[in-house]
Amino acid sequence: MTPLLSVKNVTKMYGDRIGCADVSFDLYPGEVMGIVGESGSGKSTLLAALAGHHAPDRGEVHFDTRAEGLRDTLTMREPERRMLARTDWAFVHQNPRDGLRMSVSAGGNVGERLMAVGARNYGDIRDTATDWLGRVEINADRIDDRPRAFSGGMQQRLQIARNLVTGPRLVFMDEPTGGLDVSVQARLLDLLRGLVREMGLSAIIVTHDLAVVRLLADRLMVMKSGHVVESGLTDQVLDDPQHGYTQLLVSSVLQV
Amino acid sequence: MTDQTGATTSDYNFAYLDEQTKRMIRRALLKAVAIPGYQVPFASREMPMPYGWGTGGVQVSAACLTPDDTFKVIDQGADDTTNAVSIRKFFEKTADVETTEHTQDATIIQTRHRIPEAPLTEDQILVYQVPIPEPLRFLEPRETETRKMHALEEYGLMHVKLYEDIARHGHIATSYAYPVKVEGRYVMDPSPIPKFDNPKLEMAAIQLFGAGREQRIYAIPPYTQVVSLDFEDHPFDPSKADAPCDLCGADHTYLDEVIIDDAGGRMFVCSDTDYCAGRQAQGHRGRLSPEAAE
Amino acid sequence: MMIRIENVSKTFTLHNQGGAVIEVMRDANLTVGAGECVALTGSSGAGKSTLMRMIYGNYLAASGRIVVGEVDVARAEPREILELRRHTLGYVSQFLRVVPRVPTLDVVAEPLRAVGVPGNAARARAEELLARLNIPETLWGLSPTTFSGGEQQRVNIARGFAHEYPAMLLDEPTASLDAVNRATVLSLIEEAKARGAAIVGIFHDEAARDRVADRQIDVSNFTPARVA
Repeated sequence: MTPLLSVKNVTKMYGDRIGCADVSFDLYPGEVMGIVGESGSGKSTLLAALAGHHAPDRGEVHFDTRAEGLRDTLTMREPERRMLARTDWAFVHQNPRDGLRMSVSAGGNVGERLMAVGARNYGDIRDTATDWLGRVEINADRIDDRPRAFSGGMQQRLQIARNLVTGPRLVFMDEPTGGLDVSVQARLLDLLRGLVREMGLSAIIVTHDLAVVRLLADRLMVMKSGHVVESGLTDQVLDDPQHGYTQLLVSSVLQV
Repeated sequence: MTDQTGATTSDYNFAYLDEQTKRMIRRALLKAVAIPGYQVPFASREMPMPYGWGTGGVQVSAACLTPDDTFKVIDQGADDTTNAVSIRKFFEKTADVETTEHTQDATIIQTRHRIPEAPLTEDQILVYQVPIPEPLRFLEPRETETRKMHALEEYGLMHVKLYEDIARHGHIATSYAYPVKVEGRYVMDPSPIPKFDNPKLEMAAIQLFGAGREQRIYAIPPYTQVVSLDFEDHPFDPSKADAPCDLCGADHTYLDEVIIDDAGGRMFVCSDTDYCAGRQAQGHRGRLSPEAAE
Repeated sequence: MMIRIENVSKTFTLHNQGGAVIEVMRDANLTVGAGECVALTGSSGAGKSTLMRMIYGNYLAASGRIVVGEVDVARAEPREILELRRHTLGYVSQFLRVVPRVPTLDVVAEPLRAVGVPGNAARARAEELLARLNIPETLWGLSPTTFSGGEQQRVNIARGFAHEYPAMLLDEPTASLDAVNRATVLSLIEEAKARGAAIVGIFHDEAARDRVADRQIDVSNFTPARVA
């Protein structure tokens, strides 16, 4: 089986400081992988490097492209990488403001990726946008409202719709439930789980919330000071952590 | 004033700008003509008029003018408004070129916000004054990003703007500065001309666009394909006021609406004053022509 | 053999408590054939749940082999274990862990959906099981997170038996059930055995154990002599 994403020795330095070091893993179609670690552990740096937001100093990130199979996205030409970013990839930011166009209506936000790949029929674009708003539980009558008029949870759901509308195969998520109320989080997690299952998505989710990865992720990678200290099946890593840092992380969670 | 060779001189270099600057601008113009619709950066100079008064167009005109040229300036179609008069006088003074109000007599026409109604010829140059050259600016404020989008032909955002128009107004409400795609490659802002003028962008004359404050020059060479962006189910419509000119009776020209009394009375007149005057001279009459009113 | 455990040991290293290494299991051996039910016995803390969790891949074995079907759980990649759990190896734990907001019917149907059973067929099977386990139909559309302990346990069992796994792990399946529901669960186990499932179970309920288990393995035999 060909991995969807094959990461080899990705290293990113900030001067003398380590962003992330020698990270390698394979992600297979349909797998959801969580990356956990405290602030500054390098998880967001790694995610940004994988998604092509910045170039790592060393390493390879091979993606199974539709046309040509595994290609190193780091050495790929920028037009190709950007094309991937708006078709086969999606990126859900922690802050919806970073992932939405705040001055554009909800429908326009969802439709943008469609228009970016050549959709030129207004009626079709609007129908698809309406359908997607429904799938992320936003009323169709809000289609012409701007995201400013939405609650935080709705903005995040809109960001997800905007990202998934082109049927990507790999979704990067950076703390997708951060900054949301617990009840809103639960709803979002349920929604994400359903969409991931239904669309057969692969996903990489960066979070510091262990409850989020337990619900969403099949696999887990634990990072500390830029290094991966432990990885494995999510429930195994959480219930039988092998590394001292993971044990500390798991035991630090408040039980409710 | 006359120098030793007998040529007319003034205290200014010909057409105000020094030769090095004109050369720099001509280089930018050549590049712009070579890559239709592409915005070429240039080192815009301080001009003796405020930004927004056509400093970009003036610099392009200065770089194109020769002593043999006949120069015309129009502002929203009219030759007699402050802006047009000032620029015409500027070049009369600094270049001592002939000026005219007749479209067909001019070799270089500098324009603000209109394309003349009379078809232009291969012997003419149309110079546009451009306030904001970047059509993607509306939705993407980062210049680094818009340049990349042009380079990679990522123009989905342009349709987002049109989508928003339809969502809000039921139709594409953008009525001026309507975005176009040039020769199937670059999306371009045609400057704030009415969308009625968009079909005329495919013409025999060379079209040069100068944005002084934004320091950009771009061009459409003669007979270049220029397509107005639209949706399949909301096609581009170069509409205008649904009335004939009240002075010359023309029903195929772009009209200005003028309020004529305190009771809400109004009239429509050709925005192209030269074209309207020409028709009237040929005997065409409209609803409010002096003779017709008698 | 459906489940084969060979020379399995288990240690816990407590890095944050001076690196103390606690050996909890050594030389565990066990086989379970198709249609067979093996009960794990031994006093509390002897390692019954630990062994069960290792079979499921939830705990990492320190050494040895744990072969379920064709997969050595002790060495398999996460995706191989997930595949095994989806198709081959079921686990009924004592606690229901679900995403909030998901209706009970979907919770129960989910393992079937995961192996590609169409929605209607999966829901029909879920309805049948919920009815058999006496969950009132009025609750089917609600999330089980708000149910009583006994109701949650029965939802958990319905979910565990929805898909016909060739191998099953049962952790106290009859705990906190009344006599009627207890009998239903025991029938479900017998039906699973009859269709050829290999079952490993922990039953504190001795009568239940005697009724469904073919053999008993005392896990204390695998407990290393501990230095107190």
